[in-house]
Amino acid sequence: MAATDKQPISFAGPFNGILTWVDARYPLMSTIKAHLSEYYAPKNFNVWYYFGSLALLVFVLQILTGIFLTMHYKPDANLAFASVEYIMRDVPWGWLIRYMHSTGASAFFICVYLHMFRGLLYGSYRRPRELLWIFGMLIFLCLMAEAFFGYLLPWGQMSYWGAQVIVNLFAAIPFIGPDLAIWIRGDYVVSDATLNRFFAFHVIAIPFVLAGLVAAHLLALHEVGSNNPDGIEIKDNKDPKTGIPLDGIPFHPYYTVKDVFGVAVFMFVFAIIVFFAPELGGYFLEYNNFIAADPLRTPQHIAPVWYFTPYYSILRSITINFLWVDAKVWGVIAMGISVIIFSLLPWLDRSPAKSIRYRGPIYKSALAIFVVCFIILGYLGTQSVTEGRTLVAQICTVLYFLFFLLMPWYSSLDKCKPEPDRVTK
Amino acid sequence: MIKGFLRAAAHAAVGLAMPLVLAVSPVAWSSEGNISIESAPIDVRDAASLQAGARTFVNYCLNCHSASLMRYNRLRDIGLTDQQIKDNLMFTADKVGEMMTIAMKPKDAADWFGPAPDLSLIARSRGSDWLWSYFRGFYRDPASPTGWNNTVFPGVGMPHVLWQLQGDRVMIEEVSRDVEGRPVKDRHGNVIKSVRFETTARGTLTKVQYDTVVRDLVNFMTWMAEPNQVLRRQVGIWVLFVLAILVALSYALYREFWRDVH
Repeated sequence: MAATDKQPISFAGPFNGILTWVDARYPLMSTIKAHLSEYYAPKNFNVWYYFGSLALLVFVLQILTGIFLTMHYKPDANLAFASVEYIMRDVPWGWLIRYMHSTGASAFFICVYLHMFRGLLYGSYRRPRELLWIFGMLIFLCLMAEAFFGYLLPWGQMSYWGAQVIVNLFAAIPFIGPDLAIWIRGDYVVSDATLNRFFAFHVIAIPFVLAGLVAAHLLALHEVGSNNPDGIEIKDNKDPKTGIPLDGIPFHPYYTVKDVFGVAVFMFVFAIIVFFAPELGGYFLEYNNFIAADPLRTPQHIAPVWYFTPYYSILRSITINFLWVDAKVWGVIAMGISVIIFSLLPWLDRSPAKSIRYRGPIYKSALAIFVVCFIILGYLGTQSVTEGRTLVAQICTVLYFLFFLLMPWYSSLDKCKPEPDRVTK
Repeated sequence: MIKGFLRAAAHAAVGLAMPLVLAVSPVAWSSEGNISIESAPIDVRDAASLQAGARTFVNYCLNCHSASLMRYNRLRDIGLTDQQIKDNLMFTADKVGEMMTIAMKPKDAADWFGPAPDLSLIARSRGSDWLWSYFRGFYRDPASPTGWNNTVFPGVGMPHVLWQLQGDRVMIEEVSRDVEGRPVKDRHGNVIKSVRFETTARGTLTKVQYDTVVRDLVNFMTWMAEPNQVLRRQVGIWVLFVLAILVALSYALYREFWRDVH
């Protein structure tokens, strides 16, 4: 009722009656206005601002392709591997659906990593967007869980032994570890019971939570408004008559039409991978995963999929027993902290300027070192362990954590340029 | 452009697969010298080659190895009719809709001579180049239980099934020496050896003929690992064509809408 009271609908055309009827019973027009046509976004978004909407697109794509895969997939240790190949060979266009889903998993992480990096560039996590950032971090955690559970389902060698390695990490936790690992697997080894529960988590539990978190992330965003490459608040400069931010433009049609262009470019790149290099050199689909899971044959080299490798490297880099606790336990702890430490950023960053455009050389160098370390750790995680590689991983791990832990100190020290009053081009 | 991209992607795939293949093989490689994996000269659109490869596969491989994810009637995709498949390629199955299975149980195989893996996807797990090098890498080795060894799969469990075609050969290792006759060592201190092969008994085929048989076989196994791959690439070109139009149109639309944003 609220919407119609304020502004009666004045559409012409055949749908006017229906819209009026609906609007008297549901806040349709007011929702569209609040979140699209009268949601004002800064006009100076650059290319980094595509990846949020693209991540949402991939999420929808994963749900849709996932529904069709679920129609043909068999979550049974004896049938799973063959059912995936049945999809690849006998289900009409099954290969396309499957490749879209497997490529989509990697694409999701690419979009989310770039989306997070955008946050680091422009200080998007700073006040008043702390909660928005934390919802994002929860989405990232859920996404990792979703990918982990989903990776077991093809029941190939890498699926099986990857799950075995990760679940065994929990067994390293003192006292409760071994029982916890059995509780997770539902068996003493990864088995049919594990496959069934991972399937349940992958197709209903985690996607359900993810959808809720995405909604919360968007609601929080629309409450505080988007940050922008200048890192200044457009709500500080409003038109005195209309109350609309002077540097804001309605999300619809301006950003919907711009995001459609982003979607088209993304789909083009996505299609190149799906149709011409679905394995992407063993990074998107690992070669050993074309061998059915064999609990009696451990592969010589077990590597997680690329999006987990930075954290896997951090886990492996901890090689010293410390305080009577096994190095493996410290590795698990370090890996866990390396993921969740991002959520502390709003309180670690003490820089007067939000955006990298006005920050000093210290933060710029720190961020560059962090990104280089992240990439090196990611690469090392795909490789087998040697002494030299472990040393490099250890150095990168230390730098990784120093980026966060020293931030309160170095970010307040930095010589920042003055921020502008209005957004720049 | 797409061909160039494919070639680049293939090279990248080979480059990335090499360390993986080397990583899983149990023997150190530095001592093996110049033995390496060569690029397989295959083309999965070549129907004649695929048909020849299917014949070799059914005759030589499908006795101990199954291809249990592959249906006989899928061979229609490489230009064969159901009748041709029935008459020439089916020895154990009754219907063309059946899978390419074998009578031997995996457990029996393991008990008798060791595991004989299913070959439906072997070209995707091992790689076509590995298979090409494997079939051309057998040599006589009296130290091995079967009398055979392989350059890319040291200690291989399978004897050289195609030996009558290729003939017998032995591997001769020679220590590389410098001008003064001292053994040349690599930076880890290992002696560098060079390897060559000597034919001890001629096969029924010449070297060129044998390579052709192996090429067709590897071509077939590569195709069989993903029978939809030809369709996939064909569809992909059209999808990219349509998406390119969408990119252009959506860019024009975006520029038009944004003309009034200053």
